[in-house]
Amino acid sequence: MSDEPVRIPLPFHRAAPQALLDGQLRRNLGTATTTIRAKRAAVTAETPDWQELRQAGKAIKEHTLRNLGHYLERLEASVTRAGGVVHWARDAGEANRIVRDLVAQTGAREVVKVKSMTTDEIGLNEALAEDDVVAIETDLAELIVQLAEEEPSHILVPAIHKNRAEIRELFLEAFALDRGELSDDPAQLAAAARRFLRERFLEARVGISGANFAVAETGTIGVVESEGNGRMCTTLPETLITVMGVEKLVPTWRDLEVFLQLLPRSSTAERMNPYTSFWSGVRDGDGPRSFHLVLLDAGRSLTLRDDVGRETLRCIRCSACLNVCPVYERVGGHAYGSVYPGPIGAILNPQLRNGPHDAELPYASTLCGACYEVCPVAIDIPTILVEMRRRGVEERRSRSVLPASSLEDAALRVAARVFASPSRYEAAQRLARLGQAPFVKNGVLRGLPGPLAGWSDARDLRPVPRTSFRAWWRARGKEGT
Amino acid sequence: MSDDARRIVLERVARATAEVRDDDPQAAHAALAREYRQGDDLDAAARLDLLEARLVDYGVDVVRTRAGDLASVLSAELTRRRARRVVVPEGAPDAWIAAAQGRVRVPDDADPTVLDDADATLTGCAVAVADTGSIVLDGGPGQGRRAATLVPDVHLCVVPASRVVGLVPEAVARLHDAVAAGAPLTWISGPSATSDIELIRVAGVHGPRTLVAFLVRDA
Repeated sequence: MSDEPVRIPLPFHRAAPQALLDGQLRRNLGTATTTIRAKRAAVTAETPDWQELRQAGKAIKEHTLRNLGHYLERLEASVTRAGGVVHWARDAGEANRIVRDLVAQTGAREVVKVKSMTTDEIGLNEALAEDDVVAIETDLAELIVQLAEEEPSHILVPAIHKNRAEIRELFLEAFALDRGELSDDPAQLAAAARRFLRERFLEARVGISGANFAVAETGTIGVVESEGNGRMCTTLPETLITVMGVEKLVPTWRDLEVFLQLLPRSSTAERMNPYTSFWSGVRDGDGPRSFHLVLLDAGRSLTLRDDVGRETLRCIRCSACLNVCPVYERVGGHAYGSVYPGPIGAILNPQLRNGPHDAELPYASTLCGACYEVCPVAIDIPTILVEMRRRGVEERRSRSVLPASSLEDAALRVAARVFASPSRYEAAQRLARLGQAPFVKNGVLRGLPGPLAGWSDARDLRPVPRTSFRAWWRARGKEGT
Repeated sequence: MSDDARRIVLERVARATAEVRDDDPQAAHAALAREYRQGDDLDAAARLDLLEARLVDYGVDVVRTRAGDLASVLSAELTRRRARRVVVPEGAPDAWIAAAQGRVRVPDDADPTVLDDADATLTGCAVAVADTGSIVLDGGPGQGRRAATLVPDVHLCVVPASRVVGLVPEAVARLHDAVAAGAPLTWISGPSATSDIELIRVAGVHGPRTLVAFLVRDA
């Protein structure tokens, strides 16, 4: 992990309050998540066999991960047979080294890139910059984020935090245009990007992509996209390099009949995304003349060790869980300090990366369960969040960061006893009714003493009512009505 | 170095999965439950109507025609689009070649910079999916190399009714042999689009900004 690019983000509990102060981010995220949520609900509701597809997607992924070694070797053989070259990388640094060497062999100073979370994860652009190779992001949103020298704020719409006026300013400077040549109309902005990138595509000698799928049976790689930049990058350059995590493969071509239905509906909430490209190795006279596939481990084989890890690795990076998450909807992607934000990031980062602040990410959730409902491969994210919290506590206890037994533990043990017995529960209610009086203001509990302050400072807690439901019910019975 | 990496990654994976891997992965894979739909329950006419509705929804121009009228319909469309330089791929049927008569025919294996100067591309397709409004090209006769349907700004695509299926699984099954033989595929569901700026949909970013589908009833 020493090869990880140096980029130490703020911990979530410090980054989130900052993000909440950004009114534009909150407005744009609110609009985006609400819109995509509604569309997703519509295109899944019209699919009568959605739950069957979801179960099949889960089963295929689980099977693949259990037999990952077998399928990786099959994939290697079939890609090689199709004229591609397979490389293996233990970690981010090794993957970057492989790509840098491949680019150096072509002599190219510029590479065109398809949006890829995996290459963001390993910091490939920064690694290429060390060789003075410019990596041009060709997805419109990624280009905007790159020009602004920022990080994506959403898996699917990475530039959702920028408005059109800001994008216009970025383009005016980057494309060397006069103010009169470009308005802030989204269609005009997209057209300007088309002209700028068209030249890059026609000149590019190296394309770099991630992979949504790899088929072990046929050695076929698939990239789904909307804009056509993916087709450009995987078709026009002489050399194509694809970096993919080892968990991205499926056993057979037929398995894609499931994921080609699950992914677009969950991701962009479309029946199908505008463009999907599949290629197997190289094709004489059509497309790149050399193809390299870099298989990246970087924590995946370690994550694979237990049930929870395998379940997490089923993820197909659709971002549906982000759009339904009440926490993500308000703080956005930056606060998570990773290319993988939201509920999936909160369980993926502690396992895959285990960075200095990742142990607190599982707390960035209300455990409402919406992420599990929408997950196209049925990852039980809420349960794994709780498991990650448990592991985090144990780990901190083993390092003596936390005491073996805390006040919180004692309090929860008492609570468990109280909730287990009706008489103890009612006694506690009577006690609370007496004790709460000094803290009730305008019908809300405020400013609780001692360690309870952390709770009441950030939440509106209703006081225990004068008559509980149970007392009311008993009284009602006595009246004989 | 790289042999080392391969061995170590595979060793790590083997260790991680030692307790859970199947003795016969192929048999275990074959036994996986697939209870989702493998086909629709529409008749051919309704399926074609659904495909048209989906395509229109994506912003595709749809033209219905019969095989006998195809040459004149295509020619009229090329004229309407003011297409002087037209890519007509190898293996194209006579009707398309006739439609492009009197125009400059650009070969589909031309250099991308030459394709960039072409006004339109005229191709067929391998299969189309009504449920998702998708048209799939596999590089077969009359479909051209991938760049030919990507670089020019207008794509005219002929979709015979016999190549229209209901659901994705049927299309995936039809494409199996081509994929196994190494054919690259392009799935097209409407012209390219982006919603990256303030979530406002803009049609046409890098691929052809205009897609015209000719749905051809046989005979």
